[in-house]
Order: sequence, then C-alpha cells, then structure tokens
Amino acid sequence: MQHIIVFNMSQKLVSKIPQGPIAAKWTRHKEEIRTVSPANKRKLEVIVVGGGLGGASAAAALAELGYNVKIFCISDSPRRAHSVAAQGGINAAKNYANDNDSVYRLFCDTIKGGDHRSREANVYRLAEVSNLIIDQCVAQGVPLARDYGGLLENRSFGGTQVSRTFFAKGQTGQQLLLGAYAALNRQIAKGNIRSYPRHEMLDLVMIGGEAKGIITRNLITGALERHGAHAVVVATGGYGNVYFLSTNAMNCNGSAIWQCYKKGAFFGNPCFTQIHPTCIPVHGDQQSKLTLMSESLRNDGRIWVPKKKEDVENLRNHLIKPSQIPEEARDYFLERRYPAYGNLVPRDVASRAGKERCDAGFGVNRAGKAVFLDFASAISRLGGQVIEERYGNLFHMYEKITGVNPYREPMMIYPAIHYTMGGLWVDYNLMTTIPGLYAIGEANFSDHGGNRLGASALMQGLADGYFILPYTIGDYLASKIQEPPTDVRDAAFEEAEQAVRMRINQLFEIKGAHPADYFHRELGKLMWAYVGMARNHEGLNKATTEIAALKREFWNNLCLSGVPNEFNQELEKALRLADFFEMGALMALDALDRNESCGGHFREEMQTPDGETLRDDLGYMYVSAWEYKGENSVPQLHKEDLWFEFVPVAARNYKD
Amino acid sequence: MNFTLKVWRQKDAKDTGGFEAYPIADISEGTSFLEMLDILNERLVREGHPLGPIAFDHDCREGICGACSLYIDGRTHGPDREITTCQLYMRHFKNGATITVEPWRSRVFPVIKDLVVDRQALDSVLQAGGFVSVNTGGVPDANAIPIPKRDADESLDASSCIGCGACVAGCKNSSAMLFVAARVSALATLPQGRLERAERAKAMVAKMDELGFGACSDIGTCQMECPKQVSIAHISRLNREFLLAKLRD
Repeated sequence: MQHIIVFNMSQKLVSKIPQGPIAAKWTRHKEEIRTVSPANKRKLEVIVVGGGLGGASAAAALAELGYNVKIFCISDSPRRAHSVAAQGGINAAKNYANDNDSVYRLFCDTIKGGDHRSREANVYRLAEVSNLIIDQCVAQGVPLARDYGGLLENRSFGGTQVSRTFFAKGQTGQQLLLGAYAALNRQIAKGNIRSYPRHEMLDLVMIGGEAKGIITRNLITGALERHGAHAVVVATGGYGNVYFLSTNAMNCNGSAIWQCYKKGAFFGNPCFTQIHPTCIPVHGDQQSKLTLMSESLRNDGRIWVPKKKEDVENLRNHLIKPSQIPEEARDYFLERRYPAYGNLVPRDVASRAGKERCDAGFGVNRAGKAVFLDFASAISRLGGQVIEERYGNLFHMYEKITGVNPYREPMMIYPAIHYTMGGLWVDYNLMTTIPGLYAIGEANFSDHGGNRLGASALMQGLADGYFILPYTIGDYLASKIQEPPTDVRDAAFEEAEQAVRMRINQLFEIKGAHPADYFHRELGKLMWAYVGMARNHEGLNKATTEIAALKREFWNNLCLSGVPNEFNQELEKALRLADFFEMGALMALDALDRNESCGGHFREEMQTPDGETLRDDLGYMYVSAWEYKGENSVPQLHKEDLWFEFVPVAARNYKD
Repeated sequence: MNFTLKVWRQKDAKDTGGFEAYPIADISEGTSFLEMLDILNERLVREGHPLGPIAFDHDCREGICGACSLYIDGRTHGPDREITTCQLYMRHFKNGATITVEPWRSRVFPVIKDLVVDRQALDSVLQAGGFVSVNTGGVPDANAIPIPKRDADESLDASSCIGCGACVAGCKNSSAMLFVAARVSALATLPQGRLERAERAKAMVAKMDELGFGACSDIGTCQMECPKQVSIAHISRLNREFLLAKLRD
C-alpha cells in the first residue's frame, strides 16, 4: 500500500489519505486495499449500531456481501431513526438539469460551504459516489419526484448555484430510509442480519486494543447483554440534543459515540454544530422540541422583517397582519446583504443574519425572536397549486403546529440547533483511532467541516453505508479471517458489563429531588446561551464552570423512579443526560480553543466590520481531535492539519 | 387550561392493568398532547408515584417517525384529523375536559408497559416481501427507465405510510390490509417493483394472516384513522395483485 503517511502535529492521527490527483484517489485506494473472499466473509461478524440511513445501508450492504451482521437500534423499528425526518432532499452531481454541475462542482461547493475545515479527499469521494446513491435508491423503488416526461426532477438548496437536489415532496429522508430499511429487511428475512430493536449500546468492549463488541441494555426488560464481533460500526447520529431544544428527535443522543470516546476514540471538532435558519420559533417554556421547516422552502420563500420599528410593534401586539405591510416597508435582508445567493445562502449565514435583525429589535413575534418566510410572491407568480404540490405537507405541518395558514400569511421562523458536524474522528477508511471501530454518517466528523450544506446529510449517510464502508472495512477484516468469533465470556466483557451496571446503580442511589428533564432543560439553556449561535471567550469560560456545577448537582440531586430491570424511560434519559454534560463541556473546551469564526462556529471576537465570519487560516486550519484522559483530567488536543491542494483557500463570499 | 387525564396503567405484559385519573393544571393552548404528558410525568417522578411516570412511545415529535400511538377519547391519534398524536395540541380540547388515554388496542400489538405496545408484527410483514430484490451496486442509471409522473406520485402517496399502526388499532378486525396494501401498491406502481409483484403480494398476505391480523371488511376506518390519509384505493390494488397472482398459480 502506498499512502502518504501524514505525520500531523500529533502522530496518533494517521488520516491515510491516498496520494495522487484528487479525482483518482478513491479509485486508487480501492485498488490497493485488501479484500476478503466470500468463504471467509461468512466467518466474520460485524456489529452495526444504529438503524438510520447510515446504519441500515451499511448493514444491508455488508450482509449482501456475505458478512454476518447484527444491527441494534433504540427504537421499536429501524424505520423510526431520525433520518426519517429529513425533509428537503439529497444532493448528487448528476447534472440532469444541464446547469453545468459536476462532481468537481459539488466537491467545491461542499468544501466552500464547510468553510475550509473539511478534508478534500473525503469530500471529493462523497461527491464522486453521490450519483451511485441516486441510481441505487431508484432501483430499490424509492419514488423520487419526476417531471411529466418521466425523468427525475431537481431543486436548489443553499450554498449552490445549480439544481442538484433530488427529492420526494418534503419526505425525502423518509423515502430514502424506507429504501434502506427494505434492503435491511430483505437481509433479515434471508437470515444474514439479526436485528435487535429496543436495544441501547451502553459501552464498547475492547480486547487487545481492538473493538470486539458492545454491551447493550434491552430496553424492554432492562437486561444487560453482551455482543461480540470482529468489528463494530457506530452509526448513531449526532449529539444536538445537548441543547435540549433542537430539531433532533427526542431519543437522539450521543451516548454510543461518547462511550467510544471514553474508550480511546478521538472526538473530532466537537464545537461544530449547525444552526438551521428555518425552524418554528419557541412558543413557551413547556416546549419539548423544535420543528424544522425544510430549507427547500427557501427556493420560493423570501425572508424579511419590517424596516420600521413601529410596524414591528404593531405586529407584536397583533394590531396588523404581516400581509398588510407594503412592499417598500419590508427589509428582505438576505437579498440585501447577499445579492448573488439571496435567500439561498448557506445555513450558518442565513441563521446569523436572522439573529442579527432580531437582536437589532426587528423580531416579529412577541418574544422578538422570529423573522418572516413569505410565499406571497411565489404564489402570485406560480399559483397556489404549484406551491401546494411542492411543499404541501410542510405547509400542512406548519398550520397544525401554529394555527396559521401559510398560504395567506407568511411563516414565522427562527434558527435552531439541527445537526452536529463534529463526531468521532475517522481516517479515510472511516475507522476511528480504535482499530476495528468505524463511525459513519452524522456520528463521524469527516465531510462537512464547519458547516454542512443542505441535502448533504442524506448523501453522506448513504455514501458511507452503501459505497464506502463496505469496501474499506474489508481492508481491516482481511487480517481477521483466522480469528474465531469473539468470546463474550472474556474478562473485558465482564468488566465492561460491571461498569455499566455500576453506573446504573449509581444513578438510582442518588435519590434526589429533580427528574432528568429538569437538568436537561438547564443544560440546554447554558449551551444555547454560551455555546450557541455566538460564542466568546468569557461566555465559554462561564459555560465550562456552570456545566461542571450543574453536572455535580445532577449527580447529587437526581430523582429517578422505578428499578433497573424494567422498561424504564427515566433511566434511559438519565444515562444519556449524564453523557450530555460531559459532551457539553468538551464542546465548550473546543470552542474556546478555536479562536476564529468559521462555518457554524462564530466567535464574536473574530468578525469582519460587516459582521461576517473571520477565519484564521494560519492559526486554525486543522481538525481538532480530542483524546479522553480520564474522569478528572483535561482531554488532550491533537491536531490534524488540513491543506487544500485543489480548492483555493479563500474567504467565503456569497455576496457577488 | 386544566384537564383530568384518565390513563391506562399496566406494569408489564402480564399485568391486567386499569385506568388511573390524574388532574393536571396550567397547560397552555400551544402545548402539545405529549408535552402535557411530559409535564405530568415530571410531577409523577417528583412525587414518587407508586406506578412511576406513564410510559409512552414517541420520538420525532413532528409526525413522521410513526413512534407515537395512543387512543385518545376513543380515537387513534386523538380527535383531530390527518395528524399523529405528537401533532395534537391542547387547543383542540375544552378547558376542564376529562380525556381518556389508552394504548393501541389489538391482540397483535401486546402491551409492553402502560401505553407502549409491541408493533414488531408490522416489521415481520415487511420482511416477508416489502422490498425490491436488488443488491447494492451495479444498478442502471436513475434516468434509464422513465416513470410517468402520475405513477411516481401514486407510489409516493402509498409510500407515505409511517408504520404507526393506527389502521390496525382502529379496525374492529385488527386488519393490517391498509398497511400491507400501502407497501404492495407503492412497489407495484413502479417498474422496479413489478418483477416480483405476484410473489410479494402472496408472501405479505400470507404473513399477515399467519401473525393473526384480522380480515378486511371494507368499512374504511383505516383510511379515516390514517394520519397520512393513505387511501383505501390501495387495498383494491392489493386485492387485484393478490387475485392475479393466485390465478397464475
């Protein structure tokens, strides 16, 4: 194998990026990595944790190849994984729209959208396999939108000037997940995959420095179980629920990747979180989660606030309706600030611009935290029927939640936590710093840098699961063909199971006054205030102190009901929350270290005179990879330097 | 707003279970039904209620994952139409109302605890044939086979089923016909799914019968109760697919 062995500032990070021109790297790498014969695949076991787009597609693809696969998910069915909620679409460089799109252009847009904080080789590979994903999904019978001629239709998303997004109304994630889930079901029926729904991974088991299995909790009976394999793949999504209020599903959590981190896998770019500009604003303190309105709405919706404060006042007091404000009294602030991309600037840019207007006192709801997303001009241009065909279910959802009909009055939106670009550090093979442990989809850090472009999460989950991991895992498993199945009676399993049991018992012994949700809400407030859309040195230090204090209070004053060995949702919440405190602390630490603004990470100290992000390429053009050093020690920072051979490093410009 | 909740409590699958009443006060109109249960649960935990908090399934809270269930005042997903329970807001109830909350009622969905039921039978039916038999890789270009827009749209309509099980729970026979029809129809309307259409229809219907789902008596409650308004026209297509497959045998 001919790799550039990249000795970064840390020698523990070997990214294994292949040599050669960007367009040839993946092809060359595939030629060089080892493969496993069909007869040997039958003897090898792989555990996949998570049943969303990444996990389901990986499990299905691995089983089709002949590996023995076990898949675990916390829901009662893999079909409920949060990939299901992705609305708008999936990108691919098909150039079906004849608008001069190409693999190279998708690659450039993604690097630029990520604000030059992702790896070129990984992103190019993502763009390269994007077309295969669309072919695969169509072959599975995923009903992507078509035009009258019978061919596939596309729309635009933020951060691009082409139409490369494939979609199925506002249900793209659901339809793609049903495709992957069907492929999974087919392999389950054939006996190649054993499925464990309502099972939660609570620890990673390592033998001889390699990932060899997991400890799970059966969520129905509460029993702890041991599962061994030759390799473990985590596909458990992101950790956005650190913030309590986010667009993530209620059960989304970071515990699986956090256990991997605590066993030695490095955590990459924890502070990179995505704030989505178009969510339904917070309505009150009884709220449990936030609802996203798809980015695709920005194709036809125009974002504005009034120019005059008196209009704002009247709106807040319900004295006038938004539609009564004349055109010349409206400030279409995205179109004003970013003429070239207008309402389709990337998510981080749109979010900050909306927040800026609200902070300046132009927020249009009573709390002063909302801007308008208006379809009036699209409806008069295209007719209500076309708009209904494009976004019908989204409009319906909006009306159900708010009681306002968006065909008549504009939607109100505000930014909310949506996605985490950070995750477990992986090399080009998607393997973490623990041999035999892989991380795919949102659970890894690899492809989106400081900001993910819309319609790229589905693309990454399926790219990793269908077309990358099934190749790269063979390179590792080729050295395991002589190894017998992992024996779960090994002392390492005993030790890990005992540790989990102790952690659970510890939680029950606290017998304090407040339920888990109380602490989670408090943590969320801290995170949003100090590690949210705008961060600064003082605030991040404050966050660090206050998170530690809240964590102490949690471990002294948690009130938990029931017993360990039963269906116990309070215990599930408490276990996940215990990890969220630690994750929040690492996010603050990472945000403090990164004294620059890039993508979704906005340090107030680092901005241009007109309020745009100011990167520091000399100081921070690296991936931060954090190594766990024990309960009471500060984690160690390793840096993987990034360099850009193919996309010139430049400040992002969406203005002209 | 103030309410009295009459909630089904059942410790585990073996317990006989029963209703318990809980008063709840100071709920705002914009609070969702599940958020109200969160608030009640927080109280039950703090009070150290002997039965603990009320267990219920939920996840995305935006009506797409299909995890939430619940019979509310005798209706699946509550009194509003075209929604799942997580999209039900308290402004739909009268202040002071007594609201009855039960788990899905069907022998194929045994209760796990309180309002949580086991819906694995639905997965089993899909495993019997709800897929197109293609492996990953080596497939033709996505635009190689033009598909009439009407067919793609119809397939998407059928495919909008979220697998919540309301159709089964609402049916007096516990029939899964709409659920099965949605999958069979979604694939039968597309060229990719047509090669296996006969086998698929037979296998899925056989599995449905084997698992103890009841027969369809064409009343249409399933369509009424479906949060995604999947049409019973798909049941007609399933019947046609099934009959043609049987005739060919």
